[in-house]
Amino acid sequence: MSTATRSLPRTIGAHAILITYTVIALFPVILVVMNSFKSRAGIFGAPLTPPTPKTFDLIGYTTVFGQGDFFHYFQNSLVVTVLSLFFVLLFGAMAAFALSEYRFRGNTLMGLYLALGIMIPIRLGTVAILQLMVATGLVNTLAALILVYTAQGLPLAIFILSEFMKQVSDDLKNAGRIDGLSEYTIFFRLVLPLVRPAMATVAVFTMIPIWNDLWFPLILAPSEQTKTVTLGAQLFLGQFVTNWNAILAALSLAILPVLILYVIFSRQLIRGITSGAVK
Amino acid sequence: MGSLKIENVKKAFGPVEVLKGIDLQVNDGEFVVFVGPSGCGKSTLLRVIAGLEDSTSGRVLIDGADVSVTPPAKRGIAMVFQTYALYPHLTVKNNMALGLKQAGTPAAEIERRIKIASAMLSLEPYLERRPAELSGGQRQRVAIGRAVVREPKLFLFDEPLSNLDAALRVNTRLEIAQLHRRLKATMIYVTHDQVEAMTLADKIVVLNAGRIEQIGSPMELYNAPANEFVAGFIGSPKMNFIDGARLGETAKTIGVRPEHLTVDTKSGAWKGTVVHAEHLGADTNLYLDCEKAGLITVRIFGVYNAEPGATLYATPDAAKTYRFGADGKVLR
Repeated sequence: MSTATRSLPRTIGAHAILITYTVIALFPVILVVMNSFKSRAGIFGAPLTPPTPKTFDLIGYTTVFGQGDFFHYFQNSLVVTVLSLFFVLLFGAMAAFALSEYRFRGNTLMGLYLALGIMIPIRLGTVAILQLMVATGLVNTLAALILVYTAQGLPLAIFILSEFMKQVSDDLKNAGRIDGLSEYTIFFRLVLPLVRPAMATVAVFTMIPIWNDLWFPLILAPSEQTKTVTLGAQLFLGQFVTNWNAILAALSLAILPVLILYVIFSRQLIRGITSGAVK
Repeated sequence: MGSLKIENVKKAFGPVEVLKGIDLQVNDGEFVVFVGPSGCGKSTLLRVIAGLEDSTSGRVLIDGADVSVTPPAKRGIAMVFQTYALYPHLTVKNNMALGLKQAGTPAAEIERRIKIASAMLSLEPYLERRPAELSGGQRQRVAIGRAVVREPKLFLFDEPLSNLDAALRVNTRLEIAQLHRRLKATMIYVTHDQVEAMTLADKIVVLNAGRIEQIGSPMELYNAPANEFVAGFIGSPKMNFIDGARLGETAKTIGVRPEHLTVDTKSGAWKGTVVHAEHLGADTNLYLDCEKAGLITVRIFGVYNAEPGATLYATPDAAKTYRFGADGKVLR
């Protein structure tokens, strides 16, 4: 080990900070998962201890699977998240490509306009969105949620992706043009694979708020048919009595799909076949 | 097959005029090099020929046909880029085949052409590799191979050697020269390096600030530069320019190449002090600070020992001295 860049106190210090941060970040998640396997008395008696044979209870999970149509809620959440993500990435990447690749009048203004959404929270427009959805008859459909989330995710996607697309070599795109590839082929076959790490970043940033959102499902699609997991979990949250077992179990379950999606995308972040295209 | 004619091509990016009216005729089988300092418009001109940029006005004719509105893939050209621009997800073989597949060439014909091109460029062992697994020189050979298999009317090279190290640059330069001899194809080559221009070209086009300064064979440009810019750009070390008034001449500027000066320790035209000596083995470059001529470079063939601070006399070869007028043009 080189002593010039590393010293023992510094290593310990760095690790201490990182470990502290990890603990703080993971603590609530672990607490939720841990308590979801405990009986009600166990949760309130000793919330910080892991389940013991005495307090171990699957009542939360049986309630979740027994009451309400949780499988259906999961399906709704997944459909909304995956489709929104797909549209955000597709349209975001296309807009970013147009902004970074083509010279046209109003290019900069268009870029600014598309990025404006980063600064203005979409929730400010909730009333107007609701009116719009009522007028178009989209209330209580998953399409309403997908449309809103696509709009919500696009500004950041375009902003990040256009920066990355500017870095894709012009020579490569021109080589494609000389070889007779269409602009679409250049975009899908040459440019997209090269910005895959950026796409994965955008996917992670876009996905998590959508999965966790309670606001729009509550307002736009609260029907039994279109409930998402976060909204479904509210079922157990009463004004006077709250079924903590069920809520904790539902939340623990809700972590799983998003965790799987995250693992898929984070692998993309690391893997890259970009080297060798250009010097 | 493979002639090119450019008629009054202009190109502006917004208010910035990059090409200010270019006229050029390239004959079939010629190796033409565009050379000039950065920003002179040589790459833009190449892109206009390729169809990657539209000209603001003027016409581009390949084999007599106006291609001004033809897309790049239909112009019968192939291009080699400075950054290789290989498709990272494709093997060497597929990199070469892609353009032909797009054009609907039969598989057997593609196979045949790849075989010939890869033999020519000794790429056979690498056909199944991806660009990431190749060295810089190999990548550039693949890029050249990709151009060769298209059997184009016109090869376009955009500074293909700039990303290679010095030794590879010489090798690849040689390969390109041999390729030209073997294929007898028309090639247009852009570079900022006058050595590449001199060694490869049948015809050099010197560009400066969006205009053609002079067109001619390497030796024509060296022996008879039309103006001060060409005289200074062609030849290394650079030509010495001396204010005519200081020498009592009528011409605005006097130009003399470092190799056309002789030095003597006792007598000569210009008395000067040695500032620095560069010993290259085959020749020696002396920097002299002369009373009359200012700082000049003298190139002496072979080894010449001169200590900084020593006094030397430099004498120009009168037959090889150039006189330039106030407008920069050579006076005859």
